Amino acid sequence: MEAARAPGADDLGTTNRSGAVAGELAKTPTGISGLDDVTGGGLPRGRSTLVCGPAGCGKTLLAMEFIVRGIIEFDEPGVFVAFEETAEDLTANVASLGFDLAQLEADGKLVVNHVSVVREEMSETGEWDLDGLFVRIGAAIDSVGAKRVVIDTIETLFGAFSNTAILRSELRRLFGWLKDRGVTSVITGERGDGTLTRHGIEEYVSDCVIVLDHRVTEQTSTRRLRILKYRGSLHGTNEYPFLIGETGVSVLPITSLGVRHGVSAERVSTGVARLDAMLGDGGFYKGSTVLVSGSAGTGKSTLAAQFCDSTCGRGERALYFAFEESEAEIVRNMASVGIDLKQWVDADLLKFQCFRPGLLGLEAHLFAMQKFVGEFGPAVVVIDPISDLVGLGTGADVSAMLIRQVDFLKAKGVTALFTSMNSAAELSQAEQQLTSLSDTWLLVKAMEGNGEHNRVLYVLKSRGMAHSNQIREFLLTSQGIELADVYVGPQGVLTGSARQAQEAKEHSDGTARQEDLEQRRVNLERRRESVEAQTATLWREFEDEADIVRRLLSHGSTNVEDRAGQRAEQARLRRADTDKVEDVADRLEDIADVGDIPVGTS
Amino acid sequence: MSAADTSDIAGGDRHQSECDGHDREEDQDWWYLRLYVAGQSAKSLRAFANLKNLCEEHLAGHYEIEIIDLIDNPALAGGDDILAVPTLVRRLPPPLRKVIGDLSDTERVLVGLRVAPESST
Repeated sequence: MEAARAPGADDLGTTNRSGAVAGELAKTPTGISGLDDVTGGGLPRGRSTLVCGPAGCGKTLLAMEFIVRGIIEFDEPGVFVAFEETAEDLTANVASLGFDLAQLEADGKLVVNHVSVVREEMSETGEWDLDGLFVRIGAAIDSVGAKRVVIDTIETLFGAFSNTAILRSELRRLFGWLKDRGVTSVITGERGDGTLTRHGIEEYVSDCVIVLDHRVTEQTSTRRLRILKYRGSLHGTNEYPFLIGETGVSVLPITSLGVRHGVSAERVSTGVARLDAMLGDGGFYKGSTVLVSGSAGTGKSTLAAQFCDSTCGRGERALYFAFEESEAEIVRNMASVGIDLKQWVDADLLKFQCFRPGLLGLEAHLFAMQKFVGEFGPAVVVIDPISDLVGLGTGADVSAMLIRQVDFLKAKGVTALFTSMNSAAELSQAEQQLTSLSDTWLLVKAMEGNGEHNRVLYVLKSRGMAHSNQIREFLLTSQGIELADVYVGPQGVLTGSARQAQEAKEHSDGTARQEDLEQRRVNLERRRESVEAQTATLWREFEDEADIVRRLLSHGSTNVEDRAGQRAEQARLRRADTDKVEDVADRLEDIADVGDIPVGTS
Repeated sequence: MSAADTSDIAGGDRHQSECDGHDREEDQDWWYLRLYVAGQSAKSLRAFANLKNLCEEHLAGHYEIEIIDLIDNPALAGGDDILAVPTLVRRLPPPLRKVIGDLSDTERVLVGLRVAPESST
């Protein structure tokens, strides 16, 4: 592609960021968020861009933002030639976007030139040209040294002049002249019947064509932008949804949104102590996005209310967007489970925004939400349920909008809790997107069985937390939400009365076993006592006997000696032999040893 | 285009009929015409010549022509919202009328200016 390189392209300061083709033509960044990403750096520098679309699609605003941002962000003065609105009207219309045209004009950076075209007072005869217009634009460009020019809407001229042959050739000359002046221009045009513009001026403006659209799908309208053509440059070819928000036009190409939020390690309590414990230590991360999904009647809103309650309890603000219930209904319903939201509403810590999702288009919704968030400055935002928004558009639109919303909240450090109506099995594309966007995903599920409908909760994912993998039974009590362990046994997961029965059974089983053990322990003790008693008795008997024996022995030996003495005496007297006497004495000594038997230890 | 040398057109910016001293302010038939041009193009010259003839023929003694060259005074284009040149503007009598083009078709110019036969004495 080097051969095709435009001479001097580098001198013009290439602002191309796509990097796809080296030496691509120079571009003028618009400063409009997202548009520069879609066009790979902006509009073609020194050339004309046609912005066309039906009435009310935002052409004038886009063009005006191109001029204003050019002045503010890139110090490129601009000229706005308005055929339809007066300078006063334009100034008033864009003041709501924070653009102060009067100030910019006073600073010598901007010229707003209103050209009124009234056919009734004009007639034509013979040849003419548009030098009058050329002179006026030229003078305006020279007066501020303009680099950018907007002509809105040139096709009004077709209503003013009857000789269109001259007009067409003059328009062709005009665009050529603008190019020669080296200004980057934006020409707006109303969409025609089957053509891009009513009078086919796309024929003359051929470098870049941007088509805006304002389509109503299923009764909700979405604005879309498409780069139809961009000569000599790569560009995004999709239709991109765009918003007209408080700060002007925002085109929403997903890829343009770099992920660079500040992160916080701070935790915020969920309001349910056991849930905090399940999430590791202390609850959600501050500024994270939490998705609570589940089918109808699983307590998602209650979980959200409890979270708000705990947030307000810490003195922080919470903003609650409700699409299905009114404020009064929510307050009443939550009071029945012991969550008093009224006090927080009264204390101006909690604010409800209740409206039907069909009321506004998707983009308008998100814009409204961002506005409320900006005004109220909450620490926590609840959207209940976000699935209602998902129904407002087609998959890709909604995805982009949700990403936008999540990013907005993250950038503000707001912890967001979204509830979603569906279970995991039936997620739409947008909801899948949301689940991957969210940092923590709590699933509330209904379990049926045993003639009951019980709720269980588990943490499906939670980024950056050592979260529990356990299923907990989710109980709505008069003191709010409680989580209970579920029983997992051969019959599966037990909840509700089955869990209570199991609990009772286990409790009674445990008691019986405990009693049995105690009984055995007592018995054993008694047995030991009786054994000891018997042992003591035996010893006493033994000692008694031993005593007797000892006594007998000592007594016996005396007798023997006496008798031996007597016998010796008698023998002496009877002259008997002495051998037998000694023999008896030996025997007596043996018996006397018995007296050394040790006494029992007890 | 170079700066206009208006002498080429008619020797001056203002061209009045001969009856000086006429009290224009009170004359209901006084015609005050402005011709916007951009430089000395052939169209400009043709338009001026056509206008001059037309006025002499139909408004003799009742008109004044002012030539404004936008190349010299671009700011003046805003006043009468001039886009095309040449443009002839009928400032007086009211209401304001515009005729664009080189004024080559006299009938159409007369219709465009509403120069009715009875107003041209």
